[in-house]
Amino acid sequence: MSILIDQNTRLTVQGITGKEGRFHAQKCLEYGTKVVAGVTPGKGGSSILNIPIFNTVEQTVKQAGANTSIIFVPAPYAAEAIMESAEAGISLIVCITEGIPNLDMVRVHRYLKLKGSRLIGPNCPGVISPGKSKAGIMVGEIHREGHIGVVSRSGTLTYEAVYQLTAAGLGQSTSAGIGGDPLPGSTFVEILKMFQGDTETEAVVLLGEIGGSLEQEAAEFIKSGGFKKPIFAFIAGSNAPPGKRMGHAGAIISGTSGTASEKIAAMASAGACIIRNPADIGKTVKEFLV
Amino acid sequence: MKIHEYQAKAIFKAFGIAVPAGDVASSAVEAGRITSDINKAVVVKAQIHAGGRGKGGGIKNARTPGEAELAASSILSRRLVTAQTGPEGTRVTRVLVEEATDIAQELYLGVTVDSTTRLPVIIASSRGGMDIEEVSRTAPGEILKAFVEPYPPAPAFQLRKLCYGLKLDVQLHAQAQDIASRLFQLFMEKDCSLAEINPLAVTTDGKLLALDAKLQFDDNALFRHQDIASLSDPEQETDMERLASNLQIKNYVKLDGNIGCLVNGAGLAMAVLDMISLAGGRAANFLDIGTLNNSERVVNAFKLFNSDDRVKSVLVNIFGGMARADIIAAGLVEAARAGLANKPVVVRLAGTNMEEGKRILMDSGLRFIYAGDMQEAATKATELATQ
Repeated sequence: MSILIDQNTRLTVQGITGKEGRFHAQKCLEYGTKVVAGVTPGKGGSSILNIPIFNTVEQTVKQAGANTSIIFVPAPYAAEAIMESAEAGISLIVCITEGIPNLDMVRVHRYLKLKGSRLIGPNCPGVISPGKSKAGIMVGEIHREGHIGVVSRSGTLTYEAVYQLTAAGLGQSTSAGIGGDPLPGSTFVEILKMFQGDTETEAVVLLGEIGGSLEQEAAEFIKSGGFKKPIFAFIAGSNAPPGKRMGHAGAIISGTSGTASEKIAAMASAGACIIRNPADIGKTVKEFLV
Repeated sequence: MKIHEYQAKAIFKAFGIAVPAGDVASSAVEAGRITSDINKAVVVKAQIHAGGRGKGGGIKNARTPGEAELAASSILSRRLVTAQTGPEGTRVTRVLVEEATDIAQELYLGVTVDSTTRLPVIIASSRGGMDIEEVSRTAPGEILKAFVEPYPPAPAFQLRKLCYGLKLDVQLHAQAQDIASRLFQLFMEKDCSLAEINPLAVTTDGKLLALDAKLQFDDNALFRHQDIASLSDPEQETDMERLASNLQIKNYVKLDGNIGCLVNGAGLAMAVLDMISLAGGRAANFLDIGTLNNSERVVNAFKLFNSDDRVKSVLVNIFGGMARADIIAAGLVEAARAGLANKPVVVRLAGTNMEEGKRILMDSGLRFIYAGDMQEAATKATELATQ
């Protein structure tokens, strides 16, 4: 097993004719993902990299059997793209796009609630279940099949963690980037719930950061018994000044809330193994599991 | 994006939210003239983006035009230091001169997005005039919230509940509901991240008046609000932050250490700051270089490091994904050849096109200091900065 994506994932790429959409569609294909379709309104009937292009997401569901979408559509149109996928019955939507207006996402969340689709992102690197499928922009080669689940608010920090895990001989069941925006489609709690139910996942590495309260909510969830596997947490931003946005739209300490120390304390009180030094992620997990 | 109080009050007026009579002045003479027009006692308020103005001496009362001139000239002549400006303070170039209000009660009214419910939330409190975070810590029961669907107008029943919760005089309910409804409308229409009236005054003659106005806007939505984007005031940024945005480096935050940092990805960039601190060093900045199609931004980052005379060493940590290590490497070589890398540069490259990147650096014949992993990079950069 794994979570979110596997051999049965049939991917449609929204914005496939754009530079990034095309590049990553190819990388996903090369990784072994079943990329069954692409969507660019007005270019239906043509193809790219031997992938058929359709005008609407609904056509990719009905005619190509797509069940998952990945979105590279520019920010002003990305909220619409997410809703189009949800309306077409896509069950898992991965949105890579950065910079979507927050109030667009508020409306998207109401819509997704009606339609029942799951969203990963936006502003995220996507999802990979090593050896099975990749719906994301992460470098496939640094991953190995295995039993560590990874969930993160950051892109490149996730690569760093995965790289260290692989170097330590620890493969991954699934690595999911939930994104750096204030209102992610899927939260730490939701992903932990899935990892708990996944027999292949033995332990989880959670990479959090300053801003918001997703980590505190995860800690509460663990305390309430919702997640019982070993969990390792690194929280980035112990040295971030208050009131400054640290790159991600969601990474800001407002007043005295959302600090790294508050999140570290919450995760520690829930029994998580706290990793202080981001260079020690692989080493710490390995020592614990041996 | 933040704007000034006087700009926010102009938007309030356009949305039908009552504010005190007044105008903005950039000289003492102007402040005096506005006061004679108002022909009553006034308040002279420094216009800076940072909060804590009252305690910092940026808000003064005046009874006559002469007093208003004096108040304005004392505020305009200096840098205002508040709890939020940092020790260097912010230069005040404008003051807002407003009719003074006879206050019976101070309320709080705000709108923001709640990240747990993922809905807009209207927040009200009878403990206005204070720091609302302080109230929520010390007296959470005094904060009332209404989670509303993201489609104005806000339902009247929710606003009514807030009024009863505030124990507001029934005579004031209609006014209060009207202001809350308009503030919510403004919040949604202009893509705000925060819309706040603190205090919302109940005057002695039974009127509700927005004495202060704070609006913050979602940077990601500015593309569809040119009117709002044009209100930005670069004077409010620090010199280094202004230089960074001029150099097209969006994600830069000045810190107080001496190790310049160039990293791709916000999470990794924060993690690098943490590593430097664990290694005993202090970072000069946070910098997420983002995804690049050419090396120009890397060169610009070095221009930025050179403008910061505290920088003693530079740490480059790249984990290629969307950003490619070879493009970064080409930028490093370009910066060094342009004479911009005159401090020791520690480089750690991994991920997409890492090998090509390393080859570009080696072939250049330039002196870079290489690190195999993050730990080594942080340790070396710290050693070089403390030498």
